[in-house]
Amino acid sequence: MKPLINSLPETVFTTKIDDILNWGRASSQWYMLFGLACCAIELMQTGGPRADLDRFGAVPRATPRQSDLMIVAGTLTYKMAKRTKLLYDQMPDPKYVISMGSCSNCGGLFQLAYSVCKGVDKIVPVDVYVPGCPPRPEALTEGLLRIQDKMMRERWLVKPSRPAADQTEVSE
Amino acid sequence: MDANEIYASLEKLFAGKVSDLKAEVLEPYLTVDKDAIVEICRFLCSAPGFKFEVLSDLTALDWPKEEKIQVVYHLFSYSHNHQIVLKVDLPRDNPKIATLENVWKVANWFEREVYDLFGVIFEGHSDLRRIMLPEDWVGYPLRKDYVEQEEYDGISTQRAPLVEKLLR
Repeated sequence: MKPLINSLPETVFTTKIDDILNWGRASSQWYMLFGLACCAIELMQTGGPRADLDRFGAVPRATPRQSDLMIVAGTLTYKMAKRTKLLYDQMPDPKYVISMGSCSNCGGLFQLAYSVCKGVDKIVPVDVYVPGCPPRPEALTEGLLRIQDKMMRERWLVKPSRPAADQTEVSE
Repeated sequence: MDANEIYASLEKLFAGKVSDLKAEVLEPYLTVDKDAIVEICRFLCSAPGFKFEVLSDLTALDWPKEEKIQVVYHLFSYSHNHQIVLKVDLPRDNPKIATLENVWKVANWFEREVYDLFGVIFEGHSDLRRIMLPEDWVGYPLRKDYVEQEEYDGISTQRAPLVEKLLR
């Protein structure tokens, strides 16, 4: 009996398990519907037929429990900041955050106001900052592609080695 | 009815409780005595010829030099298509005024907003809580002497270094 692998040369190929995991994840980034202000309109445009985020496998989800990616689109107030942290905590790992627009980057135009949080990175870790006020759909698509690049570099099976523990304490 | 006529009839009915009409501006205003605000508003709301059915806005002004907080009522009448603005002066250290909730229901949320941002206490209000800011907020942000807290709920209010430099 012939070995299976040679009988199907056209359909079988080999790859690293990390790469196929990352490829799967990067090609199905489900982002949470999280429009806070006018950037949300641009976010809708990005999901619409012209920019069409769906072709990268990114579809909007209405709950954080099904999402891989949070796009913070708009002015973040302190009142909303608590909720944003809660929503971020509800997302399953691995999770990524895009900070979209000047307001969520640093408070933007409204950063002198008493009620506006000075950047979403003060409450959750941010992977990609998209500048603009608001960013065009092309800019947000670029941000999504940067997230894809970052996802493709992840290593799941072999964790990067940690720095060696303090030797002096061990020897004593 | 124009502002002068409204003022004349108010002066006749509530002598000494209304003053300082300013009629030559776009939205004429007059000052009302603090203790008479409810009876005057109830009269303006229902009396024939006046019929101010709508409280279109209720807001406030902070005057730190004059030591007063001014509450401003914008009244409008659909049936007669006329309008008037009432202003009430309150002491800045203890701003308290009776609620207008029983005259116009909409005053409920307006008064909560003024309480939220200026700290004016509306006596007799059924539900005087902050309406926009979080409940654990410290201070009243639209007062001129409001100082921003160092942090809110563990979140630093520090801005980017360049902005902080420009602010100083």
